[in-house]
Amino acid sequence: MNLRKLVLVGNGMAGVRCIEEILKLAPNRFEIAIFGSEPHPNYNRILLSSVLAGDADIRDIVLNDWNWYEQNGIKLHTGQTVTKIDTEKHLVYTDGGIVESYDDLILATGSLPFMLSLPGADKEGVIAFRDIKDCETMIEASRKYKKAIVIGGGLLGLEAARGLLNLSMEVSVVHIFDNLMERQLDPVASKMLQRELEAQGMRFLMEKHSEEILGDRRVTGLRFKDGTVEEADLIIMAVGIKPNVALAKENGIEVNRGIVVNDFLETSVPNVYAVGECAEHRGMVYGLVAPLFEQGQVLAKRICKRETDPYEGSIVYTKLKVSGVDVFSAGEFMDSPDTRAIRVHDEFAGIYKKILVRDNKVVGAVLFGDTSDSTRILQMMKNETNVMEIKRVSVLENPDSAGVSGMAAVAAMSDEEIICGCNGVSKGTIVQAIQEKGLCSVEDIKGCTGASRSCGGCKQLVAQVLESVLGDKAQIAAQKEPICSCTSLSREEVLAEIKEKHLTTVKEVMYVLGWNQEEGCSKCRPALNYYLNMLWPEEHEDERASRFVNERLHANIQKDGTYSVVPRMYGGVTSPSELKRIAEVAEKYQVPMVKVTGGQRIDLLGVKKEDLPKIWAELDMPSGFAYGKALRTVKTCVGSDFCRFGTQNSIQMGIDIEKKFERINTPAKFKMAVSGCPRNCAESGIKDLGVVGIDGGWEIYVGGNGGVHLRAGDLLCKVKTEEEVMEWTGAFMQYYRENANYGERTSYWVERVGLANIQKVLEDPETRRQLNERIDVALSVLKDPWKEIVQNEEVRAVYEELPVLA
Amino acid sequence: MKSLEAVKVEVAKLEDLPFQTGRVVKLNGREIAVFRLSSGEVRAVENRCPHKGGPLAEGIVSGNYVFCPMHDWKINLADGKVQAPDDGCVITYEVDVKEGKVYISM
Repeated sequence: MNLRKLVLVGNGMAGVRCIEEILKLAPNRFEIAIFGSEPHPNYNRILLSSVLAGDADIRDIVLNDWNWYEQNGIKLHTGQTVTKIDTEKHLVYTDGGIVESYDDLILATGSLPFMLSLPGADKEGVIAFRDIKDCETMIEASRKYKKAIVIGGGLLGLEAARGLLNLSMEVSVVHIFDNLMERQLDPVASKMLQRELEAQGMRFLMEKHSEEILGDRRVTGLRFKDGTVEEADLIIMAVGIKPNVALAKENGIEVNRGIVVNDFLETSVPNVYAVGECAEHRGMVYGLVAPLFEQGQVLAKRICKRETDPYEGSIVYTKLKVSGVDVFSAGEFMDSPDTRAIRVHDEFAGIYKKILVRDNKVVGAVLFGDTSDSTRILQMMKNETNVMEIKRVSVLENPDSAGVSGMAAVAAMSDEEIICGCNGVSKGTIVQAIQEKGLCSVEDIKGCTGASRSCGGCKQLVAQVLESVLGDKAQIAAQKEPICSCTSLSREEVLAEIKEKHLTTVKEVMYVLGWNQEEGCSKCRPALNYYLNMLWPEEHEDERASRFVNERLHANIQKDGTYSVVPRMYGGVTSPSELKRIAEVAEKYQVPMVKVTGGQRIDLLGVKKEDLPKIWAELDMPSGFAYGKALRTVKTCVGSDFCRFGTQNSIQMGIDIEKKFERINTPAKFKMAVSGCPRNCAESGIKDLGVVGIDGGWEIYVGGNGGVHLRAGDLLCKVKTEEEVMEWTGAFMQYYRENANYGERTSYWVERVGLANIQKVLEDPETRRQLNERIDVALSVLKDPWKEIVQNEEVRAVYEELPVLA
Repeated sequence: MKSLEAVKVEVAKLEDLPFQTGRVVKLNGREIAVFRLSSGEVRAVENRCPHKGGPLAEGIVSGNYVFCPMHDWKINLADGKVQAPDDGCVITYEVDVKEGKVYISM
């Protein structure tokens, strides 16, 4: 059988995505050729902002590498631009002289950045933000120049501006309107966004009309219609995109704003199709990723002659990819006379949510500060849920059990629905992979389907799909998870073997338990070292080579390879002479930054590795373990010593706890605080263990976290005396040390095993006594590492470079 | 002729190199990470991960590989190749050990 010849013009996300679908439907039916004008394989354009922001490398955003084309027998012509289509003879021609014939032709020529035709727009240093080359130009410019202007306060402009800030440039954003992202946000959300971005260091010049770009050869500034001038060494135009239709237009294919297509993505010419940003469907041109995938699926079926529902348009929704700012917008976002709104506006928490309803159906939403409801809201829009039938307040409530409501939303999703927007993986694909290949973790799904491989924003959703398919088995599967890919044994199994066979070194564990990598990996080595240490505190000799750099060198490594030093300062209390000593050391070693940490300690940042032992010696203070999976700080408020509200002496309590438990290793870092009264100035509610003084006693909270997994602590117990606080603290820490996975913070652990279970164990005085006994043994053998290193010449040498001998 | 020949430089005594741990040496303005593997062999690569420039000498060494301390890229110390799913390469240097002395060829 002769293969049909399929030619794709445009090697971008939309076209290649469609080819992937076709390969799935009919792997051996087509001989495929792809033309791309950029010199790269297919990459994820929406993640360019992450590359610019330094969160991803260009290699990280490649969707299909060269191998993929080869393995699928696809002829790829990069750096070639198709200039002519002969629709009679079914031939395409490129500027490089290549001619290909086709049976089916897909146009996925995407869009071009819209460039303002300002005088001076041709100067060096004026670019768009559209492809890898632009991205590289911006990174390059940031090394030489300081000041950038981004023209355009839309999605793309703001992402570009954030990226430039990360590259340490000063950034001004120029916008002709009064509101940022005016095509996605209402004025309230827009103003909140502006305030947040200003706090991140962006400058805004609103309602400014650009008139002329200044400079000789290279740009030096921008003049506005009102006569004012803003200096710049780099100008990014991000004012919009326009469908790239030149090729279609010049070759007699019907073009309006985009290439006109019907509900099956067919153009006015037989056997020629268009998909993605270049296509215009029912008067709409889409510049977002979800519609591309939806179009690609319909087109793939059409080309493979499979039955398919028509494409009837997409609901548009947008998320801003800027760190620290959660913005989501879908469908209609401006109130109008015939819509009614459900609104939440918490100015203290910086949260704004608005859902627009027409005829009792959700037609759009704007979420700022908390976008966790976005999937549910989109689902309601797609399903045309009647809001009269549900409790309206709950529409915008962020339910405590987000998992449960999320589960319901996931279960209601159709199989075609896209879970991973970056890689276009549908729910059906994931479900199928779980069922057919027996996958039981998010990692497996990532490896097999590519879902959550790029930005990771859909990870929770993927986990929910997994759970909805496997039910209870998902949890069992999660518990059975091996500690790393070097073994099939879980943490529990490894610990049981270590105890039973009395294994005492990492090497021994790997050898006896049949590790498939002789010396393990960066995941299992530190974990095993910890488990051995925890089980045999007196016997096990700490294995430096199995420690992550921070714990091996006893200092935090920073992004430039320097280190930071945080000496211990019990309870956050210091003295004038100690402060003087710290200041003198900082001056002597020219420490670039002295900073107070969130845990009330002083951080010396930017220290050279070889200076570490000298600095420790001169500070003559113990290590604060700010680098360790260990007790970090015990933050305190002023308490009854000075505070007129303080009911308890929180400072002394904090100092006592810190002195008792310092240096102890825990599965993950462990933060504590003591507050003298329920006003809680030491923020005890978001610590791994927080103590709050109340009239006549103390409350102990556990499992709190102020970090990524923001979580308020649970009340573990109320006690009367300082001794009891110590006893419960020791018992809780040791129970956590013995039972959590390595790397698992208490916030996750408490949720996993359940507070009630922990309380049940710790309620028994005899159990508490035994746990305390074990932690006391572990504490008894610990010494201050800084002092040891300062005194030990051999270890100190590791901090020095090797001298060249000859 | 001399410029064509690799220059051997003595950088350390074997005993200065702890097992499974990297040390840094600066040669001709280049920063090189020197490792003594558990097998006893010595390896030398440029001290810079191709990803974000992480100092490889500070990574965890397993067998013939080092894991970059910054973002955990895995690098083969024999041929300098970054292991999948990441990719890239670091420069490797030839190492000779004679009579307890370690030489690097530049």
